[in-house]
Amino acid sequence: MLRRTFSVLGGKVLVVAEMHNGNVAPSTLAAVTAGLKVGPVSTLVAGKNAAKTAAALANVKGVECVLVAEGEHYEKGMPEEYAPLIASVVKDGYTHIFAGTSAFGKNVIPRAAAKADAMPITDVTEVKDDATFVRFMYAGNVVCTVKTSDPVKYATIRGTSFERAPTEGGSAEIKEVAATKAGGTSRWIEDAIAATDKPDLQTAVNVIVGGRGLKNAENFKLLNDLAEPLKAAVGATRAVVDAGCCPNEMQIGQTGKTVAPNLYLGCGVSGAIQHVAGMKDSKVIAVINNDADAPFFHVADYGLVEDLFVAVPKLTSMVKK
Amino acid sequence: MFQRTLPSLFAATPASWMKVMVGVKRVVDYTVRVRVKGNRIQSEGLKMSVNPFDEIAIEEAIQLKEKKLVGEVIAVTVGNKKAEEVLRTAMALGCDKAIHIVTPEGEAEGLEPLAVAKIFQKLHEEIKPDLWILGKQAVDSDFGTTPQLLAGLLDIPQGTFASKVEVSDGKVRVTREIDTGHQIVELHLPCVIAADLRLNTPRFPKLPNIMKARKKLIDSRDVSSLGVDIRPRLVREAVMEPPPRKAGVKVKSVEELYDKLHNEAKVI
Repeated sequence: MLRRTFSVLGGKVLVVAEMHNGNVAPSTLAAVTAGLKVGPVSTLVAGKNAAKTAAALANVKGVECVLVAEGEHYEKGMPEEYAPLIASVVKDGYTHIFAGTSAFGKNVIPRAAAKADAMPITDVTEVKDDATFVRFMYAGNVVCTVKTSDPVKYATIRGTSFERAPTEGGSAEIKEVAATKAGGTSRWIEDAIAATDKPDLQTAVNVIVGGRGLKNAENFKLLNDLAEPLKAAVGATRAVVDAGCCPNEMQIGQTGKTVAPNLYLGCGVSGAIQHVAGMKDSKVIAVINNDADAPFFHVADYGLVEDLFVAVPKLTSMVKK
Repeated sequence: MFQRTLPSLFAATPASWMKVMVGVKRVVDYTVRVRVKGNRIQSEGLKMSVNPFDEIAIEEAIQLKEKKLVGEVIAVTVGNKKAEEVLRTAMALGCDKAIHIVTPEGEAEGLEPLAVAKIFQKLHEEIKPDLWILGKQAVDSDFGTTPQLLAGLLDIPQGTFASKVEVSDGKVRVTREIDTGHQIVELHLPCVIAADLRLNTPRFPKLPNIMKARKKLIDSRDVSSLGVDIRPRLVREAVMEPPPRKAGVKVKSVEELYDKLHNEAKVI
């Protein structure tokens, strides 16, 4: 059945995989789903001991072939190393080069596109056909359908707009590809990653977000208390990240992360255009704000005008019951 | 002229003569909401400003100059006649020179990032800057690709989503904002930096500087003089406003909110 669909589709897709500790990144799984809309999908994994992580990719449903490039210089996802590798692999007749819209994908895909003289299409939310894609502009206020004339199409795929391909049920062939030489013009020094046992913001089923109304970092405890029984991730607006209350990786919005959880609960969030751009595809949006005129009330399915310092603890105790 | 000949005499301190180019784009002000009508984005008559990320790029270049790590900051924009005003702002903030690549009137977002990157590539070959600092994305088209495309075309390293930049000994240490936290990379010069929000807080131009900037000369060139193919690769088949969400309800109490989320929406 799948085979037959493929024969109609003219594309040949390469998804540049992002791996974390041997696991496939959720945005990569969304990129596989997007890729299957235009043709058979191969994935590319590179790094030290890449063969090991390739097994996880080979299990992803829908992937036909996993290309593996061994090399320590790929280990940290440096674009200076990835772009030549992608260029060497593309020669095998790939028509579409996809990656998830993540810090990795946004960094690597445009650089690879430059090598191929192609105009990359970022943060694709819909694949219409092999050359036509939908994306947002102006902080999500304009939906634009573009048709590309580039022979090879480079794109990043918005992770919240496509179902994730299942991580089981696949049986892809694993093929080794020759590693490209290390560039040597850039060097990875270190990653400063906050260790956390909390759910990941971009994949959490529920998300609770704090805005300026939280006032300070300590008050985020209120949100963490509510997040725990809900198994929710906690996010933040730009204002509180800028104020130093939260680390940058918690920022949701046009220039931060995009989330689309089942429940988005905003506390003390006004609902600026830039923030709404990162969460408006959430299934249910609830807002608690003591300012009845906050623009967020126009977006929310359920709005409660009340002091969050009263309402949130109350809600927490109700959820716990 | 002076600056071009000096480095060879003072080879021991080349860093102090670093030349930085900053890209600046004129965009619809980030506080304004654009509308779509008749398959066109209605941007005429709206308030226009310097792209917020480019203000951060300018500020970073000026700060490097104030630390005497940089000798000259050159602002460049690619855009129609009116784009000149963003270069005036850049010079009022402290940029030494400005280059305006003039494009025909047309769509507000101007040329595609690939065309802009190719224009910057030409300028790079001519001016040979040590460092490019660009904004990580323009808030109109939201592509976020020009810095990476430029670095790729020039085959020089890139430090995207930069929240900290340290220059020393011909190298740049860039702290990058990534999905899980921060990453530090070290890049050889020349390289391209893409400024994230947390890199700095841009200053406001002072009135006397605004007046002075009005008199400064802008190196204005027609885009056709560069020999770059600027034809768009992407054809806009349709532009629309996103479907509005259906109107929500205001609840009166926490109890009601819980009830709605639990029994109606069934999300908690």
